[in-house]
Amino acid sequence: MRRPSLRAGRLTVAVLLGLFIVLPFIGLHVPWVLPGTLDIVNSTGTLEVLALCFMFAGIAVGYDMMFGYTGLMSLGPVLYFAVGTYVFDIALTHWAWPLVPSLLLTFGVSLVLAVVLGAIALRVHGIAFAMVTLAFAQAFYFLVESNPHNLTGGDTGLSLTYTRLPSFLSGAVSNTRNLYWIALAFLVVAYLIVWLVTESVTGHVFVAVRENELRLDVLGVRPYRFKLVSFVVSSLIATGGGIVYILVIGTAVPSVVASTTVTLSILIMVVLGGAGTRWGAVIGAIVYVYLQQYLDKVGAEPSFTRLPAVLRVPLSEPQFLLGAIFVLFVFFAPGGIAGLVLRRRLNRASAATLLSVFKKS
Amino acid sequence: MNIFLVLTFSGVALGAIYFLAASGLSLIYGLMDVLNFAHGLFMTLGAYSGYEIATRLPTSLGAPTLVILAIIGATLFGGLAAGVTELILIRPLYGKPISQILITIGLDLAVVGLLMGGFGSTALQIPVPLWLIEPTHLGGLYLPNANFLAIGAGVIVLIGLELFLALTRYGIIIRAGVENREMVRALGIDVGRAFTLVFVIGGAMAGLAGILYTIVFSGDLVSPNQGDSLLIFAFIVVVIGGLGSIRGSAVAALTVGLLQQYTSFYIGGHSGWAQIGDLSTVLLLAVVLELRPRGLFGRVA
Repeated sequence: MRRPSLRAGRLTVAVLLGLFIVLPFIGLHVPWVLPGTLDIVNSTGTLEVLALCFMFAGIAVGYDMMFGYTGLMSLGPVLYFAVGTYVFDIALTHWAWPLVPSLLLTFGVSLVLAVVLGAIALRVHGIAFAMVTLAFAQAFYFLVESNPHNLTGGDTGLSLTYTRLPSFLSGAVSNTRNLYWIALAFLVVAYLIVWLVTESVTGHVFVAVRENELRLDVLGVRPYRFKLVSFVVSSLIATGGGIVYILVIGTAVPSVVASTTVTLSILIMVVLGGAGTRWGAVIGAIVYVYLQQYLDKVGAEPSFTRLPAVLRVPLSEPQFLLGAIFVLFVFFAPGGIAGLVLRRRLNRASAATLLSVFKKS
Repeated sequence: MNIFLVLTFSGVALGAIYFLAASGLSLIYGLMDVLNFAHGLFMTLGAYSGYEIATRLPTSLGAPTLVILAIIGATLFGGLAAGVTELILIRPLYGKPISQILITIGLDLAVVGLLMGGFGSTALQIPVPLWLIEPTHLGGLYLPNANFLAIGAGVIVLIGLELFLALTRYGIIIRAGVENREMVRALGIDVGRAFTLVFVIGGAMAGLAGILYTIVFSGDLVSPNQGDSLLIFAFIVVVIGGLGSIRGSAVAALTVGLLQQYTSFYIGGHSGWAQIGDLSTVLLLAVVLELRPRGLFGRVA
């Protein structure tokens, strides 16, 4: 049975997607709501922020498959994100590899790492799994920070050299429009992968793993392999996001791309949007990144400095505001944005059912 | 040989701080199944309250008194912050472990953000007496005095905690709760009060660990993210030692502290690869998990 709400949902997605595709051609001036310095829809600043939104949305939907569907709380997605940025960056910048081999190498490294580290980490369950994945990701952070063979540039980071890239990608600023589309394409591909996997038999086993692992074991299905598949696919999506990141931003700094903060951001995006719903993760990521950038802009407003310190200090710290919003959501709306929407829809539906019952009686 | 002994000494001091950070985390998890991400925050808050005490009080009190007051203040404030956190944020979410983890993550982010706004993101210097900076000459070795402080605090807390858990009524309730929470509740004992108590104890130890780390290992500097970076090592120690085990935490903390000091000197010192010390702890974790997934002293999961 196809519900009308589902069809309406698909229509909304198609319209939004179309709008986002043509957005770079719209030179509209919209004051107050845009995060970039210029209040123009297709300005470089706005497009770059939107590209970041799409990139994180893709990563978040991949994480949702592992966390929301399979019930694996990994605290290490940043590892695969950072592998994406750094391996791709190193292959292009230090070794001057062409685009396609660089991409293959990056995904290859990520695949090997995800299989090996996932296989080790999945030997433990629940909280211990979270801590172990966190530790592995931190190990990669230490590795990047230590600048082995001068490959990563240590704390100062590594800027991408664009000479070996095709001309439509070269130079982060001059080709913002193309990079924006690439980020959007990444989101669409990531979403399709997650959609296909979660709607397949494998995806149903993922949910079964989340609900009751022991029962699966009793039924003769090995949960371990399914958990590893979920972990690896999610990690590869994060790597793709890392590649998009380095293309859009053009430089990789360990404290920005490899630290636990990234992991926590991804987790927050998924929970904020609503875990286990796919589209919730997308919305959560877009809201989170947008708010982060927008609050930064608000905090820099000149009129802001006139506020008393008690208000100014907390309000000018996006990290504080996002953390506080998150705490409120966990408390009052644990289902996230998707949960709120579904609950409203459910209420309306149950009200309709009630009404029809009354009419009959 | 001398270098080896000095390294051992500072490794034990580092281990003592890891023990302070990890044992509270381990107890909280063992009793309540809460992975407390705000533990790093309690460490940071301890360090900042120590900083406030050491800089706000009149210098006429003398540097040694100020440092002692700062350490005591950090411990008390860590405990207070943790107690309030448990009562307001953790308690209403009881029975939802994922939500509890998430709420501690949100709290950590929010308050660290506030600290950055209030104190700035650059590190601040705590004034300490000269004595803490100087080394003691002992049998041909120069041992940093600050290390004695850390080791002393670690030993006192370890003995105190063991005695508390072994002898007092609440200690026994906590130990029983770690073994089987439902059974304790079925016997008509209020486990909720034990939860708050464990949070207060854990937070106090975290506050102590935070200020000691500042004094002993980070050149008397406090910064908003220091607790979160220490938290990673505390997690590693907890998993190696086995979730819920105090002795496991102590043994794992010592092992990790020593390993980190040895590898960063003997391997990192020669190859110029300073982070090898940090990396080696993660490698140790991987090896322990491969050989013994429940940790050194952990229960069967």
